[in-house]
Parts: sequence; C-alpha cells; structure tokens
Amino acid sequence: MTGVARVVVLGLALALSAPLAVTAAHAEKLIVSVSNHRVTVTPNYSGEELVLFGSVERDDKTPADPAAYDLVVTVSGPRADMVTRRKERKFGIWINTDYRQFLQVPSYLAIFANRPFDAIAPPEVQRRQQLGLNNVLLTQRVGPDYADVVPDDPFRSAFVRLRSRLGLYREATSAVTFLTPTLFRTGIPLPAEVPIGTYDVDIKLFAKGALVTQTDTTFEIVKVGFEQFVATSARQSGFTYGLATAFMALMTGWMASIVFRKD
Amino acid sequence: MQLYLPIADIPVNVLLILAMGAAVGFVSGMFGIGGGFLMTPLLIFVGIAPAVAVASVASHIAASSFSGALSYWRRRAIDPALALVLLSGGVIGTALGVWTFTLLRSLGQLDLLIALSYVVLLSTVGGLMFWEGLRAIIRARRGERVTMRRSGSHGWIHGLPLKMRFKRSKIYLSVIPVVVVGLIIGFIGAVMGIGGGFILIPIMIYVLRVPTATVIGTSMVLTLVTMVFATMLHAVTNHLVDAVLALILMIGGVTGAQFGARAGQKIRGEHLRLLLGLLILAVGIRFAIELVIRPEELFTIRETGGAA
Repeated sequence: MTGVARVVVLGLALALSAPLAVTAAHAEKLIVSVSNHRVTVTPNYSGEELVLFGSVERDDKTPADPAAYDLVVTVSGPRADMVTRRKERKFGIWINTDYRQFLQVPSYLAIFANRPFDAIAPPEVQRRQQLGLNNVLLTQRVGPDYADVVPDDPFRSAFVRLRSRLGLYREATSAVTFLTPTLFRTGIPLPAEVPIGTYDVDIKLFAKGALVTQTDTTFEIVKVGFEQFVATSARQSGFTYGLATAFMALMTGWMASIVFRKD
Repeated sequence: MQLYLPIADIPVNVLLILAMGAAVGFVSGMFGIGGGFLMTPLLIFVGIAPAVAVASVASHIAASSFSGALSYWRRRAIDPALALVLLSGGVIGTALGVWTFTLLRSLGQLDLLIALSYVVLLSTVGGLMFWEGLRAIIRARRGERVTMRRSGSHGWIHGLPLKMRFKRSKIYLSVIPVVVVGLIIGFIGAVMGIGGGFILIPIMIYVLRVPTATVIGTSMVLTLVTMVFATMLHAVTNHLVDAVLALILMIGGVTGAQFGARAGQKIRGEHLRLLLGLLILAVGIRFAIELVIRPEELFTIRETGGAA
C-alpha cells in the first residue's frame, strides 16, 4: 500500500516539476568508460566482472542539487531469436506442447540502477525508457503478430526467469553507486556462459523522474586462440572438422591399444 | 581445473569429465560394450546440452571401439564379411538417424525422443538381460546344464533368400536380416548417442546365431564405422561436435576400459549379464521417472539462431 501511495505522490510531484526539468535538461553531460573493451575467452575462462566508471559533467547553469541524480545502466548482449517451450502432461508423460518465439532479444541483459525504479521515475517513464526487466521490450511472435506482452505473461516471465537463473538476465537496483555526488561506478558481472559478441552499454541519467541525458558505449567478448579456432572451424568447415575429430578418435584408440597391449 | 569447451560454450572441470570417462570406460571394458548409454546421460546431467552430448559421445565411442576392434583383429575374432554386410545397413541407418535428429531438433521434440527411446530401449534390454542372467544363476545353483539351442536349429530367419556364407563365423545366413539389424543399430546410435553394442550383441547371439567368438569383435567394427560416420554427419549438419570434450572423454574412456576388461575377466558370465542388466535397467527407469513426474521447471529456452 505504502509503495503505491509513494509512487502516486512522486508522480504528482514530477508532474508539477516537469517544466523545470525540461529547461535544465541539456546542461549535464555523461562521461563513461568500461574497464575493459575487449574481454577474451581463454581456456580457463570462468566468468569475469567489468567495471563501468563515469561522471556527470555539469556547467555553472545547472542547479546545484546533486542528490537528485539517478542512474540506470542497461547492458545488452548480442541479439538472437529464441524459443520458449512449455511442457504439459499428455498421455501420462510431460512433453513440450505450446511455445512462443522471441525475436531478436538480447542474449545477455543486465539493468542496474542506484535505487528502485519506482523511486527513479513514474510508471510511464519506466515503460518508455525500458527501465527494469518488466519494462524492457521483448518482442514475441504470436501467430502472425509481433508484439511484446504484459510482464506477467507466463512465457515472458518464464523466459526472464530462466535467463536470470543462468545469470544472463539480471536486475539490481542498488548496483550503481555514487562515489561523489557526480562520480559513479557499477560492476558488470559476466558469468561463464556469456555469449560471444558485441555488448551495448546504455547509460541514462534521470533527475526528478525525467530523463536528463544519456550516452552509450560498447565492449566485446571474443574467443581467442584455440577456442576461436575450434569454434570457427566447427561452424565454417564442418567436413574438415568432422574428419579431424574422427581421425583424433582413431588415433586415441590406436594409441590406447599400443600402450595397453598385453602381449 | 576448469576448461572452457568451445562448442558446448560452458566451462567444465577437466578432472570431473576425465573421471566420468574413466568410470564409463571401466564399465564398457568390463562388459564389452561402448558405454554411450551411460556417457550421454552423464554429460546431460553435468549441464551439457543434450544435442552436443549426443554428437560428442559419438566420437568418444569411435575411439574406444577402435582400440577394442584392434585387439580383436589381432586375435582374429572379427568376421570381415559379416561386418561388411552389417555396415551396409548401418551406414544408411546412421544417415537416417542424423536426419531425424536434425528434424526433431527443429521441432523441439528431440529431448523427448531421446528420453523416450532411452526408457523403452533400456528398460526392455536391461529387463531381459537381468531376467536371463537371473535364470542362468538359478540353473547353475541347481546344477542344471545350460542347454543353448544349437545354431543348426532353423528359425524363420533362416528361410529368407539371398543366403551368404560367412566363413570366419562358420554360418550360412541370409543377408536381409543382417542388413536390417545394421540399419536399426545405426539409426538408434545416431539419434540416441549410443554405440548400440548392448542391443547388437544380444541380437547377434540370439537372433542371427553368430558364434560368441566373433560377436564382440564384429559388433565393435559396426560400432566403430557408424560412430565415425555419425561424428562426420553431426559435424557437417549440426556443428555440434565438441572436439575438446570428446578428447577428454576418450582419454578417460580408453584408460578405464583396460582396467574394466581385467575386472570383467574375474567375474562369471551370468553374474556379468545380471549386473549389466541391472545397470541398463536403472538408467532406463531413471529416464522414465523424469518423464512421468511433474518437472520442476515446465519451460525451456532454446536459441534458434539469427544472431545479429
């Protein structure tokens, strides 16, 4: 109850202060950097954490109320089509029946903020700026239509839940910390299962419930050396790869029969 | 010791995979089978995608059956003619199996098929083997002589045309049932990620009446060729063979197999069959339970490509 009440009050306050926010909108600038722009997956890779640093640059015209800044960082990995299937009991056994196709959704998605989204912006701003896993756009194909659905749709929530369990989708509303009123940092945890590719980092600065400014940066996760070689040859030259694997199997078998030969 | 698998795309503990390879190798050496029906579920259990597990285990079985086949070849316990006829069916069956595998994967029913075939095949074969072993033990207790039906007794299989003489096995048999058996084993092997030795050996002994001297060696040749072929096809069509995973499994497997073979020689035949039957039955029942009880998570996600 109190939560809802607070949101309503906040929303009212925002509506009242909206004109002010617009006039002050373009005075801030965000300067950010990630600790590593190129994460390499090596044989002993078991996850990593990047750090995003940034500061809010202000000119003299900006009203000096730094405590009012809020920050939301969205990290999204390479996009891919995914299918979510639901098991149902048929003929006494559990089998996949219904499914939904998610189109070009991020394979990794992390949304971090300095405080709960409800405290940062009113619901319609949250939706428009895609704040939080409940508001992020996940396009589904339902028959001939393309649409995102309500957050409590069973397929959507199952999708988010399963990705979260792998650590690939995450939301943390206390992950961004302001070191000084204008200097902030946040960690970007990358579990071992992170997909390879380019990651977009989108940083949005809010003040009094409205978007003030935003910027973005990228980093990439790449396989190098042996991993890269194996993965690309498996994909691009399947025949040679298969031959090499089969040959390796025969060599191992032959070696074993020599090494362990009894006579 | 963690190692990142390039195709499975997850880090695994090398020692764990080595130990799994060695344990399955031990069992396979003890019973003279490939052990794929244990390896594939184990890999799925540690978090490797079923499709990658099936495809990678194929090359692992190729390695262990090659080392086995070589030693049987030296002992002249392989019937080349019989192996060739089995293979002609086996290769076609494998191709059909990989094609079915690809089709079902796109329909989202691959996991169901793998689980269902495990339940049906393993419970049947395991149950029969267990029962047969039990009866043999009871007979031995009573001091009765085991009366194997003589290979001369003709069933309907021996009435089929296109007969051929298999010299080393000293049998005169139609090629039709042999090709069909090869086809079935090849198909099952490619879809389920198993060599099929545990099904093939009983069929060869009880249905085709091949003498025991050449059964294991000849079945290993079929396993070897179908698994090499399955590795190739899985690599070309689905790009799912993880060579790094396969290599670790092979090293563990061939080592474990040597110790298993030694242990197997110390155990009596009927006890061995009883144990193997129990083991196969247990894996089958485990899969059955998984299908029947309500899963903790009803939803699954799979990437369907189209990465931008």
